[in-house]
Amino acid sequence: MLLKLVSTTTIIIGLSLASLGSAVAEVSGELILEARYFPETALFSNQEELYSSISAEINYFTSLMGNQDLTLSFTPFVRYDQHDDERTHADVRELLISYASGDWEWRVGVGKVFWGVTESQHLVDIINQTDFVEDIDTEDKLGQPMVNITWLQDWGALNFFVLPYFRERTFAGVNGRLRAPVVVDTDNPEFLTTTTIGFAPAQYESEIETGHVDAAIRLSGTVANFWDYGLYYFNGTAREPELILQNSTDGPVLTPRYNQIHQVGLDLQATLDSWLLKLEAIARSGNPEDYQALVAGFEYTFFDLGQGLDIGVLLEYHHDTRGQSNNAIFQNDLFAGIRLGFNDEQSTELLAGGYLDLDNDSAFFRIEGSRRIGSHFKASVQAQLFDISDVTDPQYFIQQDDYVEFRLGYFF
Amino acid sequence: MHKILIFIVLILALNPLQAETAEAKGFKIATAADQRHSGFADVTADLKMVLRDSNGNQAERELGSQRLEVEGDGDKVLLTFKAPADIRNTALLSHTHSLRADDQWLFLPSLKRVKRISSKNKSGPFVGSEFAFEDLSSQEVDKYRYKFLRSESCGGMVCDVVERYPEYDHSGYTRQVVWIEREQLLVLRTDYYDRKNSLLKTLSVKGYQQYAGKHWRPAEMHMLNHQTKKSTTLFWSNYQFGTGLVDRDFVKDKLSKGR
Repeated sequence: MLLKLVSTTTIIIGLSLASLGSAVAEVSGELILEARYFPETALFSNQEELYSSISAEINYFTSLMGNQDLTLSFTPFVRYDQHDDERTHADVRELLISYASGDWEWRVGVGKVFWGVTESQHLVDIINQTDFVEDIDTEDKLGQPMVNITWLQDWGALNFFVLPYFRERTFAGVNGRLRAPVVVDTDNPEFLTTTTIGFAPAQYESEIETGHVDAAIRLSGTVANFWDYGLYYFNGTAREPELILQNSTDGPVLTPRYNQIHQVGLDLQATLDSWLLKLEAIARSGNPEDYQALVAGFEYTFFDLGQGLDIGVLLEYHHDTRGQSNNAIFQNDLFAGIRLGFNDEQSTELLAGGYLDLDNDSAFFRIEGSRRIGSHFKASVQAQLFDISDVTDPQYFIQQDDYVEFRLGYFF
Repeated sequence: MHKILIFIVLILALNPLQAETAEAKGFKIATAADQRHSGFADVTADLKMVLRDSNGNQAERELGSQRLEVEGDGDKVLLTFKAPADIRNTALLSHTHSLRADDQWLFLPSLKRVKRISSKNKSGPFVGSEFAFEDLSSQEVDKYRYKFLRSESCGGMVCDVVERYPEYDHSGYTRQVVWIEREQLLVLRTDYYDRKNSLLKTLSVKGYQQYAGKHWRPAEMHMLNHQTKKSTTLFWSNYQFGTGLVDRDFVKDKLSKGR
């Protein structure tokens, strides 16, 4: 941890010195205080009720060699968590050189790419590994080493990706909440040995493990003004591990295994007046089994109901051919949600929704809201409730992990 | 039918020397103004918004604006936020249209997500300000029907006062009254009437300057909401014309721009 911090700091100072005399440089960032309170009795003895945490993310952006089309973006991130050693972590979210020339754009370095249209699950999104200790909504990502070439045309764009290094998913540590009964090993075994029982190093289908070079190609565009689409093919290491329960000399361990997969994915959105019709679908082949999955639904917005208030209603259905097994969390689930946009000076927003498992009646509720305070602060609150009674549900072990989270962020 | 006949007779009786109708004259003024101010090709500018509530509390936003002129349709506009800091680099791309909803994409930098958003509602407040997106959009001639009201003096100049009626079904307004000065055909003031036809807002435009020897652009646009007593002032600066922007600078796949 300390080593990571020191090296990150060194990189920042190095880059700052390198860019002295450069005309267009911007530094921005955020500092966030966080408290998470879990009111229910923990399922495991070494878990706590209150977790305080602080995180910082800084972005340094500059043009290079006086050329506006050649830019460097560097975004280090660090979090300290009071109890969970795994949630205490640092990452280079971005260290990317971008070059734009006519119809072509080049991006080389560490970056982040998001694909998809639905709100309740990010099914087709695959380029970056999820930073799962940050939030279980899979919207926080680890920086991904990449070469990305974009060919821009009037009809849309063609994107090529070469991903030369694989990042393991992060999981909560032995003192963290929102975790499985045995701790999943992560990429830092040397920092874990004293605190963790039931750990096993990750396994890979590929012999060269994290060195496997993944690749993707994606076509995207807009048709007939109303239809936005994205269609891709991905070949490489699956981002979510197959979790295998094994016995070791220290007791049971959960081994994450990262398989090699082929995947095609489609995202589609029709924007018709107040209706957004959305579809994400994937077909995957590879170990441990081939499967298809989709999420489809709509968002309808009632605009300007007085004082600028917008109310959106969301409904999304999830299907996964694997059924209730093998990490298939959204095998036959329904999400219903409501979004309030106040369009006020403080950009006040509220999103609330519930997931219902149509096979076993498990339910999961989430509410999140945020509001700006002055011009540099933002407060947000989030609460999650889990109602899972089926012991075969892959999420059963977080049934006691209802929580409410408060965040106060300083932005500059 | 009788009503129209009586109306026409009245107009003829009241304006014996004026052959054209008030509608035709209004349309003529709008067309002349549109022609005078088209042909800029592309323009970039910096924009500062100052929002004030009825108690005098202030909030500010800073944006970069890029606009590409589109012949025969609404312009393409890219707005990028610089402040407040929590929405820095958030970008809004709009392909505006006269008679149907605009095509709009929102870029959220923290998620790197490009979201196509519904823009049916052009009349809601834009980022909490007293401006609706509708007010900031390009003013194509076929967006409205027109009626010339009168001529009157305005701040030492002579203005034609034209009433216009939005053709877009989901406009927030029943009508607008526009003061256009006669020399350069610049809009100096607009009164906006809400869906109940009561006076909602007044826009006052100040500090017009000529750029590149031909394009007139304002320095300040002040919007006062008469119903809430809130106001928003837009301060425009650093206008640049002919920067070489093309269609491909206004596609959704380019929104992240190295960010």
